[in-house]
Amino acid sequence: MSIVTRGFGGRRDDPGDDVPPGQFVTQDFPVLSTGPTPSVDEAHWQLAVHTETGAAHRWSWDELMSLPAEDVTTDIHCVTHWSKLGTTWRGVSLDTLFADVETSADFVMAHSYGGYTTNVPLQDLLDGQSWVAYEFEGEPLEPVHGGPARLLVPHLYFWKSAKWLRGLVMEDDDQPGFWESNGYHAYGDPWLEQRYS
Amino acid sequence: MTAGATGGWHVATVVGARPLTRSARELTLSVPGLEASSPGQHLDVRLTAPDGYQATRAYSLAATGQAERADLVVDRVPDGEVSPYLVDVARPGDLMEVRGPLGGYFVWRPGDPGPVLLVAGGSGVVPLLAMLRARRASSSRAPFRLVCSVRGPADAIGREEIDEPTPGVEVHWVFSRESPPGWPTRPRRVADDDLAAPGFTAADGPDVFVCGPTGFVEAAAALLTGLGHAPDRVRTERFGGA
Ligand SMILES: Cc1cc2nc3c(=O)[nH]c(=O)nc-3n(C[C@H](O)[C@H](O)[C@H](O)COP(=O)(O)OP(=O)(O)OC[C@H]3O[C@@H](n4cnc5c(N)ncnc54)[C@H](O)[C@@H]3O)c2cc1C
Repeated sequence: MSIVTRGFGGRRDDPGDDVPPGQFVTQDFPVLSTGPTPSVDEAHWQLAVHTETGAAHRWSWDELMSLPAEDVTTDIHCVTHWSKLGTTWRGVSLDTLFADVETSADFVMAHSYGGYTTNVPLQDLLDGQSWVAYEFEGEPLEPVHGGPARLLVPHLYFWKSAKWLRGLVMEDDDQPGFWESNGYHAYGDPWLEQRYS
Repeated sequence: MTAGATGGWHVATVVGARPLTRSARELTLSVPGLEASSPGQHLDVRLTAPDGYQATRAYSLAATGQAERADLVVDRVPDGEVSPYLVDVARPGDLMEVRGPLGGYFVWRPGDPGPVLLVAGGSGVVPLLAMLRARRASSSRAPFRLVCSVRGPADAIGREEIDEPTPGVEVHWVFSRESPPGWPTRPRRVADDDLAAPGFTAADGPDVFVCGPTGFVEAAAALLTGLGHAPDRVRTERFGGA
């Protein structure tokens, strides 16, 4: 389809090749959530991985802090068309958290404080592709952006990077999470513009 | 929804443009192929410059239920890329593209019986106006309370229409910078007293919809959960900004 919008020039901060199709670069950090920002106190915070056999692996806040942390610099891409380049995060790699987890299930449902869910294939979370992040740009992650800790899966649209992460549940089938049940794509690759189902 | 990976775009023609406030304008688009929407849903709007450069932003539908037509209300964000074009430049006959209707969660359905508490900051009134219009156009008797926060009377989008008396619908304005002459309260931010009204308290279990700039939504949603509303009954749409 080739239409032209008369009189529209655009701002022309040419995003270049670093940005997936249909995205624009922003310096801000927009907030998209479906409800109030939950306040989760670190003293009561807990993260759990549940496998298909019923086994559970749990970490308190102090236990998470005692795990080796990584500094990550990455671009992030929101389905609402903004991308933010070169963001810096600190957190624990999912490879570290899954080191002792035995599972043959292929899919993960991430669960958040506040009830949000999102589905991600396990293979997209391992091999240095995802983190449980608790610092953003050198500061503790603010609650509106998912603090105390959020999932960070930067190669997928950012709704997959569940804020206020509470648990990761192994699933044999790829079940839709919250947005995936409300019209968003099951996988969400920004380079293929997998926005909506 | 019929939007595929890159498909789902419909050509839209501007058929009407009407200023509503000093910074907001209503745009009516004719969109062959666009399905009817539900109150609260939005569209992606895509503009294309002569050299092919494109910019896309989300805009809520101010009126719903009619296919092949989109009623938008756009508020100008200073120095923005898309909103100044839509408010100041676009005119009947101009072309753009839209995709949608989008969003299946921030939606009120006229069959829902419950009390409904709507809380709007600035242009966040747009999807809530769609809910109010749908309530008035249907046989719904759901009790509605709309709390609208605006800077001053000159910024109040759709005030006359919103204020039209309707049984079961109450409207409450909060002016944050400048109150109208003779208004009983000084300019102030939305507070607990504005949100807690008989019939719409946490104990009444209303469905709550909060929409506006991100900072407004954060503040209002925090007040609401502080008043005891269950977080999963408070649906939010954050438009952006600080
Ligand atoms: C689901 C959804 C529905 C929306 N519906 C409407 C609607 O019905 N009417 C409407 O007018 N807008 C609506 N918006 C906001 C709209 O999508 C754009 O963000 C807004 O018009 C600004 O775009 P821009 O290109 O002019 O500014 P940009 O060039 O994107 O931004 C310029 C600057 O303004 C700031 N900014 C961006 N958005 C806002 C904002 N909303 N308030 C204050 N500052 C901001 C940015 O942080 C940036 O610094 C909606 C947003 C969402 C996510």
